[in-house]
Amino acid sequence: MVENVRELLKLHEGIKHEVYLDNENSSMVPQEVLDAMLPYYNKKAYGNPTLTHKPGWEAFTAIMESSQKISNSIGAKILEEITFTPGETEANNLALMGAAFANPTKGKKIVISEIEPINVMNVATDLMKKYGYTTTKVPVNPDGIVDLEKLKEAVDKETVLVSIAAVNNEIGAVQPLKEAIDIVKDKNPRTIFHTDASDAYGRIPFNVQNLKVDMATLSSYKIMGPRGIGALYIREGVNVEKILEGQIGTQKLWPGIENTPLIVGFTKASELAFNNFDANVNRMRTLRDKLVDGVFAKMTDIKFNGPKGDRRAPDNANISFRRCEGEALTIELSLHGVYVSSGSACSRRLLQPSHVLVAIGRRYSEAHGSILMKVTRYHTEEDITYVLDVLPISVERIRKIVGSTGVD
Amino acid sequence: MSRTPLPYNPKVLDLFRNPKNLGKMEDATVTAVAGNPSCGDMVTFYLKISEQEIIEKASFESYGCAANIATSSVVTEMVKGLSLKSAWEDLTWKKVTEAVGGLPSIKFHCGVLAVGALKRAIRMYFEKKGTAPSWLPQEHTFEEKQALEEEELARRLTKRLKTEEEK
Repeated sequence: MVENVRELLKLHEGIKHEVYLDNENSSMVPQEVLDAMLPYYNKKAYGNPTLTHKPGWEAFTAIMESSQKISNSIGAKILEEITFTPGETEANNLALMGAAFANPTKGKKIVISEIEPINVMNVATDLMKKYGYTTTKVPVNPDGIVDLEKLKEAVDKETVLVSIAAVNNEIGAVQPLKEAIDIVKDKNPRTIFHTDASDAYGRIPFNVQNLKVDMATLSSYKIMGPRGIGALYIREGVNVEKILEGQIGTQKLWPGIENTPLIVGFTKASELAFNNFDANVNRMRTLRDKLVDGVFAKMTDIKFNGPKGDRRAPDNANISFRRCEGEALTIELSLHGVYVSSGSACSRRLLQPSHVLVAIGRRYSEAHGSILMKVTRYHTEEDITYVLDVLPISVERIRKIVGSTGVD
Repeated sequence: MSRTPLPYNPKVLDLFRNPKNLGKMEDATVTAVAGNPSCGDMVTFYLKISEQEIIEKASFESYGCAANIATSSVVTEMVKGLSLKSAWEDLTWKKVTEAVGGLPSIKFHCGVLAVGALKRAIRMYFEKKGTAPSWLPQEHTFEEKQALEEEELARRLTKRLKTEEEK
């Protein structure tokens, strides 16, 4: 199979311009982040941070300084409130399972939204199937904003946990998180509120003190840090138990040897995102708007997915192209050097497209023809112009193959 | 979101980039559709059939992924010049998958759908004519059953969506 992929890569030789917009699924790591990380592999702090020697103490110091910086970036009170995990998936698992298991007297009901990231959905399903919890999914409006009335109805004295992402990862919907937390706490002050903030972090103001949120997940690669590292904020006093066994190091909720270079890289990425927060956000928004406005000026038979304006994350563009199958379009775009992902289900035998697009009322065919693009501050105006040149040609070619088929 | 790695072979990609016999055929003798846009996978076959029941030409349109486009393209090439009987007997999804140089297993159904549409077209031809040759089985083949199953799933999904909208 790898031979096939090598051949596919050869087809990309000679591409004039490349624009990577699939920052939902992974991202490039900027040189300045790599430069910050590299010394921690072979120059310093490569010891185990729990051990009593210089390289160990160096590692311990680096990790504590990183914890402090990450906790400052979200307004946490103390650095002990941060637990580094190998990523968003692990942080969400720790949050949901760790809090559910540590609080058996709070009840066995979990409330999430219909558009939670797959990893939150799957943990909730697992808790339901294997451990007898019930999960209620609160619906969203056509913009993907959680229905607060329904949320209020869903929470009762048996609700141990609510998990709603601050910003949706596919359509960039910024949730009224403060209101949601107040509603939940009003209804049941004992309920623990978790948010996956991976798509909010570095994009919208996010402060755990102002929000009074109990737990928040952060992801390194979503702010252009290295993959394989993330963090879970747990407010002091919230009971969470570890979900993996092993040797405990500096962190009581995640066993194993801390990965110092990745933690340092994540922290560097965070500093870069927050040092010029307003300028970074404005840059992303300008590029994203140029992209979306350009697509709508040049193309027809398309639909914008998710909210506009302040209710949308500044980096996110999600557009459905009617009479165009999404997976075919991602390949066509790749051959032109533009890399995106699609809500199409064509690669699954399940035939189910993006649950987020279905939840906001898109027809299945519209979900299959959707493309998700996320800009970063490293993109240029020229990148966007190139995408706007390539996208109409690519969609046109796929639509020619579709012809009159599949028009519903 | 689609997250399965798809190691398409170069032949599939070549057919995706340069599909053969693409487009609607105005003078088609029969036109058959299989799949449903709700499943993200749908193909239309156009066959021009002579009085001697030879497939003179075939063309297709596909609302589908690269695998669906590639398999549909080879089906149109493989059936050209064949009698309906040979086309029915020779073409299986396995042969079509081999003809594109193999497919990742999760994409087998794309080849199945292409062959399902072809078989449906042949069946339609005889239904229109009002006679059925002895070699044409009454029972659906594997490919036709799969196409029906996929369409049934699409109907259920669409129905569920509509019911939710009405709520």
